[in-house]
Amino acid sequence: MSLDCPIGSSDGVVAETITFSNVDGPGNRFVVFLQGCNFDCIACHNPQTIPVASGAHFRAQVDDLLPRIRKAEPFLGGITVSGGEATMQPGFLMELFSRVKADPELQRLTCFIDSNGSCTEETWQHLAPVLDGAMIDLKCLDPEIHHRMTGHTNASVLESIELLAYMRKLYEVRLLILPGVNDDPALLRRTGEWLARIDPAMRVKIIGFRRHGVRHHEPPLMEPTPQELAAAAENVQVAELNICVI
Amino acid sequence: MHEFQVMARSLVQDGTLAYDQKLRRLAALATELLEYPAVSPECRDALDKRIICDMFEGNAPFAARYILPDYERAIRQGLRYLEMPPPQNLDDALSFLQIMYANVPSVTTYPVYLGDLDKVLEPFVTDDIDDERLDATLRRFWIAIDRMLPDAFVHLDLGPHDSRIARSVFRVERSLRQSVPNISLKVDPVVTPDDLVEDAVRTVFETGKPHFVNHPMMAADHGEHYAAVSCYNALKIGGGAHTLVRLNLKEVALCHDGTVDQFLTTTLPHFVELTAELAEARIRSLVEEQRFFETHWLALEGLIDIHAFAAMFGIFGLAECVNTLMAYEGLDGRYGHDDTANALAVRVVQRVAQLVDDRPMPYSEGGDGRCYLHSQSGIDSDHEVTAGTRIPVGEEPDLLQHLLTCAPHHQYFTAGISDIFHMDDTAVRNPQAVVDIIRGAFRQGMRDFTFNLNSNEFVRITGYLVRKSDLAAIAASGSARHGSDRLAAGSENSFHLTQRSVKRIGRGE
Repeated sequence: MSLDCPIGSSDGVVAETITFSNVDGPGNRFVVFLQGCNFDCIACHNPQTIPVASGAHFRAQVDDLLPRIRKAEPFLGGITVSGGEATMQPGFLMELFSRVKADPELQRLTCFIDSNGSCTEETWQHLAPVLDGAMIDLKCLDPEIHHRMTGHTNASVLESIELLAYMRKLYEVRLLILPGVNDDPALLRRTGEWLARIDPAMRVKIIGFRRHGVRHHEPPLMEPTPQELAAAAENVQVAELNICVI
Repeated sequence: MHEFQVMARSLVQDGTLAYDQKLRRLAALATELLEYPAVSPECRDALDKRIICDMFEGNAPFAARYILPDYERAIRQGLRYLEMPPPQNLDDALSFLQIMYANVPSVTTYPVYLGDLDKVLEPFVTDDIDDERLDATLRRFWIAIDRMLPDAFVHLDLGPHDSRIARSVFRVERSLRQSVPNISLKVDPVVTPDDLVEDAVRTVFETGKPHFVNHPMMAADHGEHYAAVSCYNALKIGGGAHTLVRLNLKEVALCHDGTVDQFLTTTLPHFVELTAELAEARIRSLVEEQRFFETHWLALEGLIDIHAFAAMFGIFGLAECVNTLMAYEGLDGRYGHDDTANALAVRVVQRVAQLVDDRPMPYSEGGDGRCYLHSQSGIDSDHEVTAGTRIPVGEEPDLLQHLLTCAPHHQYFTAGISDIFHMDDTAVRNPQAVVDIIRGAFRQGMRDFTFNLNSNEFVRITGYLVRKSDLAAIAASGSARHGSDRLAAGSENSFHLTQRSVKRIGRGE
């Protein structure tokens, strides 16, 4: 896999930025979507951000982004880097978050990553000093189903969730519900139990799959009904897990 | 006289108006037979051409437009006129207030201010009253207000301190979902806890209320004893506004022929003076001819004081004014989208503020002898002119740009500005995002504003609230229980205000 700029580089390969977002972490956030993902999820909403080289992306230096963050700063709770897969560009993350933390005007902003959880412990340890929270997608607790959904096994994802919780950097775990694929009641119960063992009060967001933006698939992927989604949430609910359904 | 008879007959025979609505309109019609307060021919001409506007307050004002009785004082000292001793418990206090409300006049004939309800009632919220009982009690009171004072300009205030009353009001609001009463929450960045603001934001998602007020900024201009009332007018408690006159900046720009500098040095001052002349004539009529303050029981019992009053000087149509002036200069930038246009907008407002500040006004000690400047949010008969200093409906830029365009104007409008920002529905799941924006807006020197949620049943028309279902009912039957719903139907027909562009602060997940 090759990037326009080396992984260690502080330049970013950016797909898009959003000045105000209320769906990418706590409060109102400036969001940078990086280009390129190592997973190939059948349910990806932004498949155009998967290839490491695509027509829409651009190279950005942190110096280009900071003035835009500064302009929006009074109204923000923080910044989030999403993707693509954010952790594939740790050099950029490190540079952006460090500069935000070092800037008297910006340092009150929290720095979050939205990730598929595939990166190594080494990367998380590297980012930890400048990272305030991470949101991790867990596509499925079952490794085989996970592989079918993403093209990869989930060992590193589960390790990331455990590690981030231990480091107190885990903001939330997101479970995408894809009917007939990963919503088996027993599987969801095991998922809830596994998460609650790590943190009984963990914030868990249950997200119903929506077709919008997703690539064609045979057989077609189904959206859950509100009832199916509520049932999924009920199955995941263990201990005091802080579950929210969207 | 013939015209009067035709109008009076059509009123009494109107099948869509309720009895009370007929009575109020007939009273307004009757004062039209009286002479208008004396003004110069130029002022009359500008009034007839609707370059300046008296908000149809009538030819002989016999009550101040907005009255803010000092309810805390009333509760302490009782009411001689109404033979009400000071209340001793919560039930008595609510009954006391309800009776008092029925006797507080205003331009709408309904009270536009119901008090800073937390401060007024908190002494009666004793430990033996649990939340369930408090909610049930306030709920009855709320239903009575909506049914007895059916008008969305009826307004009460809360904050900046947290209180059991404020929390209960928000719970009751979310459960009842009424358009009356309107509510403002005073927010002090230091004093008001985040979770109270968040509770308020959750209430906005359900009912479109409350409106958010920058408490330290208001307190610096008015002192601590102020409130936001009616259509978001900030005035002194124990005082109010004699009248509201307004200047249509769009029309002023259309009257102008020349450069921007000439506009600011000649045309604008000319029309500001005509507006001020109108205000002065109306104040004198109220105070000297009808002798309101010498005769009304609120004044006689010290619950209002003429020294805490002033007139309000409103402006509207800034957007069209700026776009027209830009065109005169051969520039095509538009207000809300272009730095030059936005800077020109600030220059126009600064100039109006300076002119109003230079114009002494009688009986206006509440405003240090001047009018209060107000960004006026429109009335039902406005056509093709944008409310106050807002960006035209449908032309609003992204939310950050919208906030940054509006923010520099707020410092000038002592009597309120009431910007409206539209939010994407995804905010419902993340009220903290709205709290971040509120706190940011206050950091940027914004004075007061509110949010409409795209999918909300409640929609803010010019400044007040209506339910979309009530608008639909008017379209179907022509009649409405709330007087303000009828005004809303007029504005909606003119402006399609319910189609304001949504400010997305998020992408769909």
